[in-house]
Amino acid sequence: MKSRSAKTLRTILAAAAGVSLFSLPAWAEEAAPLTVDSGNNAWLMTSTALVLFMTLPGLALFYGGLVRSKNVLSVLAQCLGIAGLVTLLWWGVGYSLAFGSSFGSGLVGGTEFMTLKGVAGVPNPTYSATIPHATFSMFQLMFAIITPALIVGAVAERMKFSAVMLFVGLWMLIVYFPMAHMVWGSNGFMNGWSADSTIKAIDFAGGTVVHMASGWSALVLCLMIGPRVGFGKEKLAPHSMVLCMVGTGMLWVGWYGFNAGSALAADGLASLAFMNTTLAAATAAFVWGMLEKMLRGHASILGFCSGVVGGLVVITPAAAFVSTSGAVIIGVFAAVVPYFAVTWLKAKLKYDDALDAFGVHGVGGTLGALLTGILASKEANPALTDMVDRGGLWLEQVKAMGVTIVVAVVGTLLIGLLVKAIVGLRPTSEVERQGLDISEHGEEGYML
Amino acid sequence: MKLIIAIIKPFKLEEVKEALSEIGIEGMTVTEVKGFGRQKGHTEIYRGSEYTVDFLPKVKLEIVVPDELVAKTAEAIVKSAKTGKIGDGKVFVVPVEEAIRIRTDERGEAAV
Repeated sequence: MKSRSAKTLRTILAAAAGVSLFSLPAWAEEAAPLTVDSGNNAWLMTSTALVLFMTLPGLALFYGGLVRSKNVLSVLAQCLGIAGLVTLLWWGVGYSLAFGSSFGSGLVGGTEFMTLKGVAGVPNPTYSATIPHATFSMFQLMFAIITPALIVGAVAERMKFSAVMLFVGLWMLIVYFPMAHMVWGSNGFMNGWSADSTIKAIDFAGGTVVHMASGWSALVLCLMIGPRVGFGKEKLAPHSMVLCMVGTGMLWVGWYGFNAGSALAADGLASLAFMNTTLAAATAAFVWGMLEKMLRGHASILGFCSGVVGGLVVITPAAAFVSTSGAVIIGVFAAVVPYFAVTWLKAKLKYDDALDAFGVHGVGGTLGALLTGILASKEANPALTDMVDRGGLWLEQVKAMGVTIVVAVVGTLLIGLLVKAIVGLRPTSEVERQGLDISEHGEEGYML
Repeated sequence: MKLIIAIIKPFKLEEVKEALSEIGIEGMTVTEVKGFGRQKGHTEIYRGSEYTVDFLPKVKLEIVVPDELVAKTAEAIVKSAKTGKIGDGKVFVVPVEEAIRIRTDERGEAAV
């Protein structure tokens, strides 16, 4: 993943070559001293917890506040269910399919780390020579948890719990694990840091894998499932902007783990990502709020919150690749483009993306991948020198975007049809009117 | 003038409202209520403790209509609120002595 892995990979290989001069065995590479850097590990464990905090309870509250009170628990239950299910999948096969290499394929990893065998305190030099393999694996797990949870926003208030769980399980296997390998795997075919990749794209912290994949899948799934009962006729307004704002704050704080943690070290790159993340989120929040004030007369909490999330999404692939001015430019685009996606495009095309998972994550992720290609700066990050000098980085980004959209759309379409055939996607309209909390979870969010 | 009180299943409210608009009913008052009839409650278990749910959530509609519209209104409600299953609710019709529109002081059917 990211610039670091390529660099450390080179360092390790060089070290191994050096050692072999003293005619040590051929596996000298393994004998290279791998010491855990306590500072790096401390930051990465902190980041890992921060990224989990983004989902539980950050995203859960952000989405939970945006639904009607009769469905608040269904969103929380879906986020909790996803955290459990994805962790089990990660342990069983997921980490290995994403970050293994035994298949020798640029599309999907391998079998060597299944059940997290051998993943423990010793670093895995392929990805992170200074932090324990266990920390790296858990850090990546938290990304795997939040990604399917993002999709839930598009189909909120009208998808059966069993259908959500079945969909997510299959989606991880068919879309997420392969996508993670393609973009972040040491031999992934879209990993610009790998010498033999086909598409030389870069993605610092997950613009394609996390936001584009979830956002485009969200669009397809919400088209398949259809609009909520009453859509376009009744007011389907959020029940608590307070919860939504609390969740947004948690997402912003947690995102420092997501972006600055993706440097995989407590170094200068991490600080750059930290600074750019702040600039983009704050800029986008302000611009979105002001746009609303000018065009609609009210700067709403939902507007500010959408701006924060939009800014964070769009800066994600670029976090440690752009200058501070680049981050501010990204912040402006991150407000303007998703703003029109959720106010104009959604109304025009009449799809019911209930909580704007596509409008913010799909559109924002796509925008971020493109802007990363245009604004990547070797002055900001010298590791980019070769790529920037070679030119055409934006074109590589466009190719990666194309592949991501195809994988997400086709994968979701097939999985959606399968889930529909097995358990059905929607509850009856009686259940939907009554709310998912009582019927699917046997509990109510508020007892007044 | 009659007051029509209808107790219906909550998820039927939209359908009933639409059916009433179609026959020209221009106003109604809606309240979320709880109660039971022959449907009675049922027992549920939460975390191992059993309890009876006596009162089930319903929606109460109150509509005042001129005498000649009573039959039509009641029929529209019954038709649109019916699921055929127990717990569909009831419709009551009661006489109304007077109606006053507060804004204009109009009286009787003109105020409805």
